[in-house]
Amino acid sequence: MITGRHRRVTRPLQYVALGAFMVFLAFPVVYLLITALKPQSELLDPEPSFLPKEIEWSNFTEAIDKTRFWTTARNSAVVATVTMTVTILLAMPAAYALARFRTKLRGLATGWILLSQVFPFILIIIPLFMVLRDLELVDTLIGLVAVYTVWSLPFALWMLRGYIAGIPADLEEAGAMDGASRFTVLRKIILPLLAPGLVATALFTFISSWNEFFFALVLIQSPERETLPLTLANFVGAEGQVALGELAAASLLAAIPSLAFFAVIQRRLTSGLLSGAVKG
Amino acid sequence: MTTTLITPAPGPVASPRRSKRASQGPVGGRGGGDAWKLVLPCLLPVMLFSVYPLLRGIYLGFTDAEAGLNTTTTFTGLENYRNLRGYDLFWDSFRIGLIWTVSVTTLQFFLSLALALLLNLDLKLRWLARTLALVPWAIPPVIVAIMWRLMLHPRSGAVNKVLRELGFAGDTNWLGDFKYALPAAILVGVWSGMPQTTITLLAGLQSVPEELNEAAAIDGAGSVRRFFHVTLPALRPIILAITTLDMINNFNSFALVYTLTAGGPGGKTMLPSLFVYNEAFQFGHWGYAAAMGNVMVIVVGTFLVVYLWAGGRPGRAAA
Repeated sequence: MITGRHRRVTRPLQYVALGAFMVFLAFPVVYLLITALKPQSELLDPEPSFLPKEIEWSNFTEAIDKTRFWTTARNSAVVATVTMTVTILLAMPAAYALARFRTKLRGLATGWILLSQVFPFILIIIPLFMVLRDLELVDTLIGLVAVYTVWSLPFALWMLRGYIAGIPADLEEAGAMDGASRFTVLRKIILPLLAPGLVATALFTFISSWNEFFFALVLIQSPERETLPLTLANFVGAEGQVALGELAAASLLAAIPSLAFFAVIQRRLTSGLLSGAVKG
Repeated sequence: MTTTLITPAPGPVASPRRSKRASQGPVGGRGGGDAWKLVLPCLLPVMLFSVYPLLRGIYLGFTDAEAGLNTTTTFTGLENYRNLRGYDLFWDSFRIGLIWTVSVTTLQFFLSLALALLLNLDLKLRWLARTLALVPWAIPPVIVAIMWRLMLHPRSGAVNKVLRELGFAGDTNWLGDFKYALPAAILVGVWSGMPQTTITLLAGLQSVPEELNEAAAIDGAGSVRRFFHVTLPALRPIILAITTLDMINNFNSFALVYTLTAGGPGGKTMLPSLFVYNEAFQFGHWGYAAAMGNVMVIVVGTFLVVYLWAGGRPGRAAA
């Protein structure tokens, strides 16, 4: 009975604590949405109401105009798509090798993967800038893709290696015994089983490139080659000082792919399955 | 133990034990030469854009390299480091970086642990809470910064509005005030990194064997004692791994604070990564900036080795 009474006291407290956490974590995003829907007059109101009195969609259209949103979004989409494709194409054979063969490569690759996750980009960026300058790739989307690909590879490799290791090697042996060529075995047996992992890895690579800021800041100089995070950061310093509603609207639009991605994979994340696979 | 941290979930077909067995040796007698062929396409870009720049970056720290195409670079040995010793602005920034890293990591850890314990309970609407707990993760750093600039806006921000409702003055310019800018930035840093830490700790909590807790309960241990004597020791390797990763990520953090305050006001939030960025790309002192980068790596590396060593199981946490 003691535990029962104990429980009656602590349960409500637990709900209060959980509620407080939820407000802390989710409210800023709700507030972003509210701000995006408020007209300028209400945002400047010294006694603003919490919800907008009238909903103002023009923040979105204005933001799209002022940030040349479609140009920037297209740059981001191109860079993220190409990065995703190239990364997967390069990572797949290598991940297969790391999962299926026991060679010195494995230790080497693991070391490099770990190192690349902890190394400060600030030390990399100066020589990287010099290399790209020598190749005349500074301020080009191709240069950005090259950098993103190389720095997405370690993580993609690690994820894919895990997924491939999860597919029993017996399946391949059985296929080979039935007389199928190795390529057929890979295409007909391994690829379908690998598909969910492949999609997760590809999407993760896409989102990382879509959201990346630091390399873009250093490597891109022309406004017409800016990616979304860069445009947003510039907007903060310029128009965004006063046009808060438009800033919020542009930010919301830019966050859509990332939000969609997390909505899709959240079940797997919360069930703890992918817990380690995705690092922020 | 980092398997829980960075190893992805096994595919739909196989159990973890299975996967380990499958990866023990080459399949069907294929040799290591094939492995090299498969890795080769990766290797060239990696060498060109990551290994080579890494080595050249370390070397640059011992030269007087400057930005610009027609500059000559000479090897200057330790001169950069001698100059750096008396460069107070850099060490101020370094101190800010350490305060930021330790504060964000510590707060993140305790808040995430509390949240993970709550999410591990059998509460109503748990699924909703678990989903909402992921929200900050879904927002890219630049947008997190913009969001919090709106929240902390001196006139129209939600924070000051709530303070006014509660009867305070509510006119603080959080991000523009010498006293409050760094604490405000730390709050935002904590917010943006909480989901990763929470989810990792939650996964850890779920892997603590139920029998251990039951046995302790039968022996008469209360929930507080069980937490400190059963749960916490079992979580130890995961705690060590996630706090280490958080520390590294927080120390290297750039986009968030760059967009939030750009290092201001008066350099009060000038993290080392921002400082080095300015040195390299505003002032063009590449060699000097690279030297600062080297110092950062060495100091943080030493700090981490000590932390992992003191944490008890350096081998398991690092490998």
